[in-house]
Order: sequence, then structure tokens, then C-alpha cells
Amino acid sequence: MNKLYSVAALFKTPDEIMHAAAKVADAGYEKYDVNTPYPVHGLDGAMRLKPSKMGYYTIAIGLTCMSLMLFFMYWVYNIDYPQVIGGKPLFPLPAFVPIMFEITVLTGAVLTVAVMLIFYFKFPNNAHPIHDSGYMKAVSSDRFGVNIEAIDPKFDIEGVKAFLSSIGAYQIDEIYFDEEEVNTKHRILDSKFVIGMFLIAGFTSISVYLHMNKALYLPPFDWMLLQHKVTAQDHSDFFKNGISSRVPVEGTVARGFMPYLYVGDPDGASDNLVNPFVADEENIALGKRKFLTFCSPCHGDLAMGDSRLRGQFPNGPTLHSDKLLSWTDGRIYHVITEGQNVMPGYKKTVTRKERWAIVNYVRTLQRALDAKEEDMQ
Amino acid sequence: MSTIDYTKNEVNVKGNRSLKEIDDLIIAPLDRIPNMKFFIAIGITSTMLLIGAIGIALSFYYGTGLWGNNNPVGWAMPIVNFVFWVGIGHAGTLISAILFLLRQRWRNGIARFAEAMTIFAVITALIFPIIHTGRPWVAAVYLLPYPNQHGLWVNFNSPLLWDVFAVSTYFTVSLVFWYVGLIPDFAVLRDRATGRIKKVIYSIFSLGWRFSNRHWQHYEMTYLILAGLATPLVLSVHTIVSFDFAVSILPGWHTTIFPPYFVAGAIFSGFAMVQNSLIVIRKVFDMDDLIPIKTLETMNKIILLTGTMVGYAYSMEFFIAWYSGSQPEYFTFVNRAFGPYSWAYWTMFSCNVFIPQLFWIRKIRTSIVPMFIIAIFVNVGMWFERFVIVVTSLSRDFLPSSWAYYRPTITDFAILIGSFGLFFTLTLLFTRFLPSIAIAEIKAVSEGAQPSHHGGEDHE
Repeated sequence: MNKLYSVAALFKTPDEIMHAAAKVADAGYEKYDVNTPYPVHGLDGAMRLKPSKMGYYTIAIGLTCMSLMLFFMYWVYNIDYPQVIGGKPLFPLPAFVPIMFEITVLTGAVLTVAVMLIFYFKFPNNAHPIHDSGYMKAVSSDRFGVNIEAIDPKFDIEGVKAFLSSIGAYQIDEIYFDEEEVNTKHRILDSKFVIGMFLIAGFTSISVYLHMNKALYLPPFDWMLLQHKVTAQDHSDFFKNGISSRVPVEGTVARGFMPYLYVGDPDGASDNLVNPFVADEENIALGKRKFLTFCSPCHGDLAMGDSRLRGQFPNGPTLHSDKLLSWTDGRIYHVITEGQNVMPGYKKTVTRKERWAIVNYVRTLQRALDAKEEDMQ
Repeated sequence: MSTIDYTKNEVNVKGNRSLKEIDDLIIAPLDRIPNMKFFIAIGITSTMLLIGAIGIALSFYYGTGLWGNNNPVGWAMPIVNFVFWVGIGHAGTLISAILFLLRQRWRNGIARFAEAMTIFAVITALIFPIIHTGRPWVAAVYLLPYPNQHGLWVNFNSPLLWDVFAVSTYFTVSLVFWYVGLIPDFAVLRDRATGRIKKVIYSIFSLGWRFSNRHWQHYEMTYLILAGLATPLVLSVHTIVSFDFAVSILPGWHTTIFPPYFVAGAIFSGFAMVQNSLIVIRKVFDMDDLIPIKTLETMNKIILLTGTMVGYAYSMEFFIAWYSGSQPEYFTFVNRAFGPYSWAYWTMFSCNVFIPQLFWIRKIRTSIVPMFIIAIFVNVGMWFERFVIVVTSLSRDFLPSSWAYYRPTITDFAILIGSFGLFFTLTLLFTRFLPSIAIAEIKAVSEGAQPSHHGGEDHE
């Protein structure tokens, strides 16, 4: 169904269009427009248009984004990851000035244009009634035109035509449009647009994923992850047993793990072993740390036999019993090293020095529950 | 005495063409199949581009060891080329923004082309810092402050980061400025297009522009705002590029004259490049009337002015090196002029300071061949200026035991050639596929385009 959009008149010179625009404005029309191939100076005044307010958007957007950027940099340097760089303060304002300036210009320029195109002009819109008309083709090249829209309250087709020819138009056309086809509304929620956006989002996500996870590791960009060397626990065709790492020479001793001489000989340990470490503050602190790690789960934090395991494992005995009090340091060291009953030996996990430190710590705990007169001083 | 009549405005577009003829003339290269000259030209430039692509591909495969960069001279040709190309870009924004604010109407004929050159020059420039990082496939991400699993942010104190912001802002704003100028021209192309494919493409890019005066009003205001924003931006960009050097403590870099000196140099080399390209374009496409000799003469005057400013900066650096009494500073400058790189220094000095002085002579300023040759010298000189600044200062630093002479390798030169290839290929494609002169702007300054002062009372 074709519907009248406007009556459009063409003029030949800029002087004529100035004159015509002023006349149309004076005649009281509101829904009209003037189309010129380039901006003609003084036409805004002739059309009685108010001055453009684009500058306010620029300054509002620019200053807002500048403040946000300043706050972001403050947040990075003072809250998220405080870090002194080059001896400068945590809030080096002069160093932030270049970035603040650039952000102001960037957002001011880009968003002003966006505001103009999207909110003022409602672009992109290639479905406006005057597109593709002879009138449009004339004003885009070398003619100057006025078109008065049919929705104007004063519109009356014959009257408008007579008026336009009276102000000197050399050609007058009627512009029709198809309501089905022409839709000047925004189509943000149009299904085609939404599907298109989803497709773009999907494509972007997949390509970013492939880039970050696949393409980056293609040779030769493997970041030295692939190297022609043998690593421990690797398979190797070079050695007969097929293992890349070599078995140490028999009798090799790991650092800090001296061979234990009294295996299966608790009395020998009791009689011959002497604690070689002085129970000073540092040694006891080490012993406490190791005790809490390895011993306390069964024997309790204070060695009272109050297991943290609540019966899920046989309870370790208290270490404050008379039996334990009468044992020598060497005997306790032997139990820690070799284990006893269900208690495993700790010679592979706790070093010699640490085992002796645990002995010193156990002695400290015993002394705390069984204090002597002279300790009170 | 000269016979110029200063009481009348000079004509910006000669030949008194009708508006229709302006359309036809500007759009002609887009409609016809280009001639042999065009194909020869693009053949040469794309070969150069291919040479550069091979150089870069080899550098990616084997690593940056293919370049001549050595231990004291870690910043070598890539940074020289980066600063050179960013500098070339400056003329475009100067012409399109600063001269717009100063109401220099002769700029309208060349603004579009100069803006396009800005964009292509910045694209070319951006290649170099990215390949210089050694990991170009991640560098683009690491340069920006984005939340990552390391919990790390970029260093906002660093001039190198300011540079990232400055150059990317410059590129984006130039692109927006250029595109905003192109919208009405796309609409002209749309209304002239005959083929369906062309019409669809031009319609999309014209966004449905309707030449409405209600739009022109905001459009002109926005254009003015963009010009106002781009003006401090163009001055800031090379200032910040110069901070890359000036904020360091290396003698020869650590000087306060760098920002104005870099900006003057950038405009100097940019104008030389625009002038060179315009001469070629106006010959190839017969646009002598739209780009009159007067425009070129004005550009030559700016080249003369900025060249003299650069010469002043060279001399002042020397004076300050002596006057400051700082021994390393003094040594660096004597070493520049008389040390192992004196050949580069004197090439720079003669190309930038002595040769442009010929523009004092009006005859040289207004004849095509001499001005073309002088502008080529200026470009060579400005490339050497960056070479001298970067390489001589680094090659002899504080510790004499680490001094080394830097020699660019064949890969360095391949990438340099490739950068010229990229720039000129883009420029040629631009002249083929987009109107290289702003149609609406040139119409607005052609004769009789604006209403006469008595308000059109006598139109009958």
C-alpha cells in the first residue's frame, strides 16, 4: 500500500534555497526538511534551528570517562596490587596525566560521533522514504531541495504544491512509500539482528579459544615447551630398563639421611645414642613444628594421647607416662626412627636433625606437666 | 612589486566547475578500470610489501636474532621505523584538524587524502613495536590493562604504556574523523551507483545519509568538536613518543627539548610525504584544478618553517650539551657529529636543514620537479634523524667496555622496504576505491557555492 510521505521541491542555487527555507519556516510548517549536497552557511538560521548541543555530550562523556580511568588507575595501584615502581608514590598523578588526556579525547570523540549517529540521526537507516527517489539523487549531487512531510499539521497537498511553486521551485515531486517496506524504527530486537549478533559472538569466542589454546602452541610458537631432552620419570629407549632416570649406585645416601645403626636394637639405641643437639629455642621451635605435623595427629597436640582422629585409627598413647619419662633420649629417637607396633618409622620423611628436635620438644612437653621446684624461679 | 590583490579571497578550486562536474571528476577513478600506470605502480608496491612479509615471516620463524640489534643497541631499526611512520601520520591530522580550526580553506582539497595517509602511516607504524616485542601474537593483549590470571596490571608510570594509549587513541580518533568525513561521500556514491553490489556496499557505509540540513547542523558541530579534540591529540602523540626517549636517563635522549622538537619534525616529514604523494595523484588522475599549485606552495612554506625549527633544535641540543657542563652529554653530541656515525648525522643535517632552505626561492617553491625532489630529501633526512637519535645514543653509552657498532642486516632492510610497500599499496587502493578528495567539502568551497551576502534576495 503506497502512502504519501512528502511533497519535495527542487531549487537550483544556494541563494534560492536560503530564501525558500526562510519562507517555509515563516509559513509555520514544522515537519519539513531542507536537503543540500553540502552544508550551506546560514541555512540553520533561515530554518530557525536551535544551535547544536553536541558539545555538551562531548564534555560530559570525556570528563566522566577521564574520572573513571583515574579511579581505575588508583584502584590498581592502591587497592588491587599496591606496588612501588621506581621509587614513585602509589598515586603518581603526573604520570597518570597522559593517559587521562588520551582517554578523554578517545571517549569524547568516539562517543560523540556515536551519540550523533545513533540517537540524533537514528542511523543506520537505509529504508527512509526519500531514499532512491529522483529527489534524493538530485540533492546528493548539485540541487537544493525542500520537502514538507505529510504528517505536518498544516499539510494539504494542493496548498503545499502551490506554496512551493510560489517560492520559486523549478520542480515539485510527490514522494510515496510502502508502509510494509519502510520502517524508520530501530531494529535492535529484530530477530535477524539478534541472530547475527549471536553468530558474531560465537565466532569470536571460538576463534579466541582456538587462538589462545591451539594456535599459540603450534610449532614454532611452542614457547620452548617441546625440548629434545630427557626428563625424570620419562620413557627412554637408550637404557635397557627403558627408564630415563638412572638407579643410584648401591649404598648412595640421600642428603640429611644418615644410615641408622641400631635397626631392631632398641636397647643398643637406648644405651649408646646421645642427643647431639642442644635444646635451644631454635631447635625446640623446629621440633614443635615437626611434632605438630607428624606426631600430633595420633599423640595429640600436647602429647596427652588425645588423638585428633577420634578413633578412626588406633589411639597413640600419652607421652607423659612413667615409662616414657624413664626412657632415654636415644630410646625415644629409636621409636621415632623405626616405629613401634602400628606406628610407622619416620626415617624416610623426617631428617635426623628434625627427629632429635622432636625428642627435645617431647622432653619440653613432659617437663611442662611434671615441673620441678627450680623451674618456678 | 607582486600583483597579488589581498582584498579578494583567493580561489581554492580553479576552473569554475559546476557541482556535477566536481562529482564526476572526483569519482572518475572509482568507476573506470584503472590504466596501465596504476597496475605498474601497485605491482611495484605489492612486491615491496611481499619482501617485507618475507622478512617478518623469517623473523617470526628464526627469531629476532636475524636483526642487527645488539647489546647496547637494543632499540634499533624497528623503533626508528616506528617513530618515522608515526611522524608521517602527523601531517594528515594537522591538515584535517588544525588547519580546519584556523579556517584555512585551501586544506579542503587535500584533507581527505592526508587523513587517509595518517591512518595508513599509523597502521604501518604499529607493526614495528609489535614485532619488536618478539611475541607479536600475544603482544597486542599484554600491552593493555586487562584482568588476567597473573593478577598483574600494566605499568601506568611508564612512557611506553602512555605510548600505547597515545598511538591507539590517535589511530581510533583519526579513523573516526576520516569516516565521519566519508559518510556524505558514500551517500553521493550510493546515489550514483548503477550496479547492485556497489549500491549495497555504499548504502551500508553511508548509513543512510540523507543530506538533511537538520543533520548537517549536528554534523558540522561534531566535525568541529572532532577537529578541536584532534588538535591537542596530534600534538600529544609525538610528545608522548618523545617521552619514550626523554624520560630515560641516557645522554642524548634525556633532554627537555624533545617534545616540541619531535612534533616539529613529525609535521615536517609528514608534509613532505603528503606533498610527494599529492603530486603523483594529481598527475595520474588529472586533478590539477582541485589541488592547485598554490596549495602545494603553502605546504612547501610549512616544510620550510618546520625544517628551520628542526634545525634550531639540532643546534640548541649542541649548545645545551656544552652549556650544561655535563660530560656524558657533551661526549654524546661530539660523538654524534664526529664519531663513527657522523655519516648519518651529516646526511640528516643536510637533508633536513640545508636543502629545504631552497624553498625561500619562489621559483623553486612553485615548480613541481624541484619541490618533489626536495621533499624526498626531507623524508630521507627525517628517517636518518630517528636513526641518529636512537642508534648513536645507544651505541656508546656510559660504559665504554659495552660500546658496539650497530649494523642493520638484510632482514632489517627487507622489513623497512615492506613498510613502504604496505603504506603505498594501501594509498593506491584508497585512491582506487574511495573518493580521494572530500566531495562535500570541496563543493562547499567552490565558487558560488555559498549564498551571496545579500541573503539571496535577487534570485529571480
